[in-house]
Amino acid sequence: MSNTQDHIQDDNQIDSYRRKLLGGGAALAGAAALGSGVFFTSIARAKPDAEPASSEIRWGFLIDTNKCADNCDKCVTACNDEFNLTGFGRPETDAQWIRTVTLRDKKTGHTTKLPLMCQHCAHPPCVDVCPTGASFKRPDGIVLVDKHTCIGCRYCMIACPYKARSFVHETIENQKEYGPRGKGTVESCTLCVHRVDKGEIPACAEACPEKAILFGNMNDANSDIARRMASTVSTEIRGDLRLDLGVRYQGI
Amino acid sequence: MKAKRNTQRFWLAAFIFVLFSFGVMADVPVPDIPEAVKGEQCVEETGFMRRNHMELLLHQRDDTLRKGIRTQKHSLKNCFTCHVVKGADNQPVTVKDSRHFCRECHDYAAVQVDCFQCHTSVPGGAKTTGTRP
Repeated sequence: MSNTQDHIQDDNQIDSYRRKLLGGGAALAGAAALGSGVFFTSIARAKPDAEPASSEIRWGFLIDTNKCADNCDKCVTACNDEFNLTGFGRPETDAQWIRTVTLRDKKTGHTTKLPLMCQHCAHPPCVDVCPTGASFKRPDGIVLVDKHTCIGCRYCMIACPYKARSFVHETIENQKEYGPRGKGTVESCTLCVHRVDKGEIPACAEACPEKAILFGNMNDANSDIARRMASTVSTEIRGDLRLDLGVRYQGI
Repeated sequence: MKAKRNTQRFWLAAFIFVLFSFGVMADVPVPDIPEAVKGEQCVEETGFMRRNHMELLLHQRDDTLRKGIRTQKHSLKNCFTCHVVKGADNQPVTVKDSRHFCRECHDYAAVQVDCFQCHTSVPGGAKTTGTRP
């Protein structure tokens, strides 16, 4: 029962968020006039260490695929370096937290390239199916795997419509201090939660030479991401699934 | 008379116990706990840490991962900031080395540590960057 209520409350929050987006044009224009400068390398405020993640915040990406260069994979390299995602020469099972996808319109032949990672859904299917509760969503919208409770069943990998998750098949020895990884568990993009909590932006967004990946708080009407979302059209991949994604794309 | 015999038995038992104890001490080396680098008081009193460090780590891990509370005091990362053992090359030894701080006692007590299946066991983590074939 309480679960149902939570869901209703969640949906109401989302509705009000959508209303704000769609209907608050005048308010947004005012906010834009008051707004601070454009930040690309840092977000407005680092979270104090002792403070838990807040549900007032919804972290997300707005990705402009028009800026995505054909031969560029700097976001992928940056992610691999950040977490030491080394390959074992088996591309089908090697860890892949972010990858570039090229879409081709069969009729016109027009191609679009975009980076694809965990979409950090508000209603994540991976969390729904997880039998141990290891797959979870932080209050600020970041979807993570608790590897302490993950049993490596890989239901979440099947449930994810974006193929965003990887399974660790090998013993890992070169972990970073902030990025624990281990054999027998599932992993995916963490939205660089270790950086975000410090007030920094994710590694892929930082590495993009074209600034195609914009990171920010989608709930804050004054943030760059919310303003750009309000002023230009952006879409969700497989929006028909109504998962309310934390990653939105322009130009697809 | 009976009391005297009891006293004799007591001293005999005590003598055997002491002999046996020395035998144990000679056979199994007790953990040689490495000094912390900073050499100051640990985040909690030493006896408390010996009994309860696992509880602190368990609590901290859930707070950090699930809620995003990133206080350093009881974090695994903070353990290694002080309790680091350096090898001959002056680099911190990993948990593969029996001189590693955690292994000194855990080997003795035959309690397996699972932390390092995922977590790095040296301060700062791996220095090398990822390369993909």
